Amino acid sequence: MSDSCKFKCYIWELPVRWCHWINVVSIVTLAVTGFFIGTPVSFAGSASDFTMGWIRFVHFTAAYAFAVSVLSRMVWSLIGNKYAGWKEFFPYATAAGREKMNKMLRYYMFVDKEVPETIGHNPLATTAYFALFLLYILMILTGFSLYAQHAPQGVMHKSLGFMYALFSDQGMRLTHHFSMWLIFGFIINHIYSAWLMDIKEHGSEISSMFSGYKFTVKKEK
Amino acid sequence: MSKQKVDTEVDSVKQRGDVSQDSEQQEYSVGEILKQRGVSRRDFLKFCSAMTAAMSLPASFAPSVAQALDEVKRPTLVWLNFQDCTGDSEALLRAANPTVGEIILDILSVDYHETIMAAAGHQADEALESTITKYKGKYLCVVEGSISMKDGGIYGCTSGKTHLEIARRVCGSALATIAIGTCASYGGIAAGTPNPTGAVGVMEAVPGATVINLPGCPCNADNLTATVVHYLVFGKIPAMDSKGRPLFAYGKRIHDNCERRPHFDAGQYVEHWGDDAHRKGFCLYKMGCKGPATFHNCPTQRYNEKTSWPVASGHGCAGCSEPDFWDTMGPMYHRLPNVPGFGIEATADKIGLGLVAGAAAAFAVHGALNALRKDKEPQEPKEG
Repeated sequence: MSDSCKFKCYIWELPVRWCHWINVVSIVTLAVTGFFIGTPVSFAGSASDFTMGWIRFVHFTAAYAFAVSVLSRMVWSLIGNKYAGWKEFFPYATAAGREKMNKMLRYYMFVDKEVPETIGHNPLATTAYFALFLLYILMILTGFSLYAQHAPQGVMHKSLGFMYALFSDQGMRLTHHFSMWLIFGFIINHIYSAWLMDIKEHGSEISSMFSGYKFTVKKEK
Repeated sequence: MSKQKVDTEVDSVKQRGDVSQDSEQQEYSVGEILKQRGVSRRDFLKFCSAMTAAMSLPASFAPSVAQALDEVKRPTLVWLNFQDCTGDSEALLRAANPTVGEIILDILSVDYHETIMAAAGHQADEALESTITKYKGKYLCVVEGSISMKDGGIYGCTSGKTHLEIARRVCGSALATIAIGTCASYGGIAAGTPNPTGAVGVMEAVPGATVINLPGCPCNADNLTATVVHYLVFGKIPAMDSKGRPLFAYGKRIHDNCERRPHFDAGQYVEHWGDDAHRKGFCLYKMGCKGPATFHNCPTQRYNEKTSWPVASGHGCAGCSEPDFWDTMGPMYHRLPNVPGFGIEATADKIGLGLVAGAAAAFAVHGALNALRKDKEPQEPKEG
């Protein structure tokens, strides 16, 4: 255990934390309702029930919340602090970033013994987040394209016209469904890594997503 | 659209008709021909009402449709058969509303149709040639079947000419071309992978032509009649979607007009063919119905004298009126397509579950190794 005091740094601003937790809640909701929409169970006792109707309503409401959250986070990467900034998501673009990434990789691969401390994002994590955001955008576009078909020639249907040119309708469903599994894969990785670094760094990795504060031996520059 | 506007359009149709129709045979208006053929006024008005409904117009338009049809001269029409099964001709010959003998052939002057015309060989060729020369830019062309593009189009020939050549000549100088059926619209079954003949629809084969797509396997003959009536009444082709289909017939998803939709919303699904839910007429969503992916008016227009349509008879929609349906709408009895590149019957869920299980296992091993390792905590910077 480090015998020195640690510095307390404010890393995650309020909008970043809000977006994170809205994403968590909406992704869980979307996955559960979405899986049901893909493979429904015959719950209903009578034709007057509205089981599927309500499940779809919850799915679409969560979809709007998710879309707003993802877009807000993207906007915040332009106006937030340096830890939230868009440059964080391309660590391999700078020499310093590449060094950080290399150290983290060596630690993960059991080559190095010293835990590399990161103030702000783990460079491996942000690389994954960039891919994740591409998946989010794909999910939002395919999801809303499928949704917009309830009102053909409407504003949403027309503005998503390029999607119908790029994908067949069933191809869009398959993409939307399969991307959910890819996001599941990411979630396992994400929770595991957060748990691991919380244990190894002693920097309040997990609680920082609630409080915004991390504790580091190196002073923030 | 106001009634006044319709009247003006009807007038413009009449004027155009006066200029363009110079054949002796075509001097009679549709109304006169029907009278000669002994079609009662009542039956004619019934037909007009049905057409008004098919065009998704309010019932108050029926008199305008009747008036316009009464006075308009019948247009010349040539019907070309390419790589097809003649299923759309069959659908037309069995059209209930109107029957082909009573009204369609009286509204349309079908000057060339290989399947039903009396002439054959050179006589038939001459009929086509004289029609397209005499009525250049004024006749309607109906194309049934896809057009082969590979190797100069040699895989589909009629009377020594490739279909591509015929299509470019005939559709190119037509007033408008109606691509009837999925093959003529998007290549259809002939265009399914690996598409050995390079089959495409008319829009792709003759890019300059004015094409109205009426996909479906077969196309609903009522939609063809309504398209022609729309042209006769309004003097222009109907409003179309991004895939070149008239909105009145393809503007809504099957799923959104389906009579089984309440069972979908309720959550009552057929789980197996012939189970209790199937006998009760519950939703066919889990049996691979492609209604949620298909735009067509089957639920309202129906087939065979409006008797039935696939979903009503207990089978899911096959998605036949969508582009590339043969490749993208399968498997017919599964909700989602198979994942390409993973062999037959590899579903997204199986692969996804494998992926997630793999990730979980990998991280479990990584976590176990991490629990065993002795490592150093983050150190203070070494600088003095």
